[in-house]
Amino acid sequence: MPLASYQTSVPVVVDDAKCIADKGCTVCVDVCPLDVLRISDMTNKAYMAYDECWYCMPCEADCPTGAVTVNIPYLLR
Amino acid sequence: MALDQIVDGLSEVSCDVLVIGGGTAGPMAALKAKLKNPKANVVLLEKANVKRSGAISMGMDGLNNAVIPGYATPEQYTKEITIANDGIVDQKAVYKYAQNCYSIIEELDSFGIRFLKNENGDYAVKKVHHIGTYVLPMPNGETVKKALYRQLRRARILISNRYMATRLLKSTDGRIAGAISVNTRTAEMLVIKAKSVILCMGAAGRLGLPTSGYMFGTYENAANSGDGYSMAYHAGAALANLECYQINPLIKDYNGPACAYVAGPFGAFTANNEGYRFIECDYWSGQMMLEFYNELLSGKGPVFLQLKHLHPDTISEIESTLHKVERPTRGLFQQGRGVDYRSESIEMHISEIGFCSGHSASGVFVDHNARTTVPGLYAAGDMASVPHNYMLGAFTNGSVAGIDAMEFADNHDFAEFDAADVASERDRVMAPTKREDGIPPNQIEYKTRRLVNDYLQPPKVTRKYELGMRRLAEAREDMQERMIARNAHELLRALEVQSIMDCADMAVHASLYREESRWGLYHWRTDFPEKDNENWFCHTLLSKQDGKMTSEKRAVEPYIVPIADEEKDLYDKQRIRATA
Repeated sequence: MPLASYQTSVPVVVDDAKCIADKGCTVCVDVCPLDVLRISDMTNKAYMAYDECWYCMPCEADCPTGAVTVNIPYLLR
Repeated sequence: MALDQIVDGLSEVSCDVLVIGGGTAGPMAALKAKLKNPKANVVLLEKANVKRSGAISMGMDGLNNAVIPGYATPEQYTKEITIANDGIVDQKAVYKYAQNCYSIIEELDSFGIRFLKNENGDYAVKKVHHIGTYVLPMPNGETVKKALYRQLRRARILISNRYMATRLLKSTDGRIAGAISVNTRTAEMLVIKAKSVILCMGAAGRLGLPTSGYMFGTYENAANSGDGYSMAYHAGAALANLECYQINPLIKDYNGPACAYVAGPFGAFTANNEGYRFIECDYWSGQMMLEFYNELLSGKGPVFLQLKHLHPDTISEIESTLHKVERPTRGLFQQGRGVDYRSESIEMHISEIGFCSGHSASGVFVDHNARTTVPGLYAAGDMASVPHNYMLGAFTNGSVAGIDAMEFADNHDFAEFDAADVASERDRVMAPTKREDGIPPNQIEYKTRRLVNDYLQPPKVTRKYELGMRRLAEAREDMQERMIARNAHELLRALEVQSIMDCADMAVHASLYREESRWGLYHWRTDFPEKDNENWFCHTLLSKQDGKMTSEKRAVEPYIVPIADEEKDLYDKQRIRATA
């Protein structure tokens, strides 16, 4: 069966101006219990690659520069 | 190389004690095992990252079941938990917990975790349970994981993050020999030989589907997909009372606790739409959940947690806890909806089903030494059968498991396993990556969990369960024959679906076996609406025998703390009765 990609607005937002993933930081990617954050090959900044969020907060709480914001996933907002 | 790209690889390591799951029970088990024999190798394997994994990822507001001298005795606590579980309790494990938990509190205190004290320097224990007083707030509860992690580093526990265990290995004589795992970011496989293994893999919290439709909006940490239940089953261990589901009263849509254990002692209460109390006690039990369900159906719903009658300073104090620990995004959620606790009550609903002994009694069967029915295999925390054990139970029983498992490892050599078991597991794990075309794991998971809601959510109707079993079998066939995983992350989800499917099948099997109603809403069978003590005052044990799912009865061990006849039904009297 052919696959289609599915549009979804993701709850975790990263401020590229504050994110220091391009300097080698991977804190948010490391701590996420659901392992849904990645560093972009294009921007070298962190982003939410998979919409599988428990809106739990370690990524936001542990980010050394305050670049990460956790929002409530749209479906339960 | 890019993360998530599949790498073909298989390696093998060995250790004395392997602890699987680094949430709450796991770190304590690993620590105690290592302290018992500092020369031994202890490996702590974790699917996520031990720093922030499990139910207490963001800490916890307090202890829900602290047995503190001067406030409660082990006898009182054992009695309360026995009554709350309709009598189906092996008291020895509960009593041992109640005896040991105070020393664990002192130990946590020495780790830097603080517990609330009053002006006299005594612990400020609060009453939430129906009978006794066991709730102790933790003023710096957000630091629990950090404090634990420090101890693990100090003791030089070997931590392996981002490895998901998939199956246990056994010798031909049935002893534990280790586990097979897969790296969640590369799909490389790792075999870990061990003399003893402790499972601390949390609840089966991704079983039902949240009503929001968001698959990861679960009550439990959504990483807790029931892998431990599934692994224990396939290893031939017995699982106890799985029909005693976990169902919780939660904030509607947010699907986290409101939380009556925090707010209740300040005077908050569960109210119906008329603003009246309808339950005597907010402590989570099946009997309480049944009254909650009845109220919703009676036309007097919705049900709310009401705080608005409290003093604004009190509300601010409650808020500072609710919006800081356990589920800190509660504040963000209420803000988004414009709900201020000072003027509006919190709308509540009934959660999806799961397995969890932390709050109910559905877990891998363990005795008072945390031993499962497989020699050398232990379990602790939410996935082990000691009922209502919460966070402090995970710590305390994790400690028991760690010490006993190291003793076992000290007295046994490695057991030999069959290399063919590793080869066949590798084929099973990697199968979704070998297909060119098929169904992605998220669709199979959604369908499976939607079927769980449609057919398995109580009240349990035999005909619905039979239909559910057929639909689940069809979904299983799709999962086994057609599921695809295009990268290592999808493979992680594909493996989790297989745990979820196993748990759904076990939920059906266990529920159909017990032909009575018990534990309030948790096991309410409309075809057998009465409690039947004559035939069903027993545990049920589910296990894999000759490749088939089998259930059997197991007698309740004689009580060590007697329960008087007039006390036995105290938890059945949850509904507030109208007074003349």
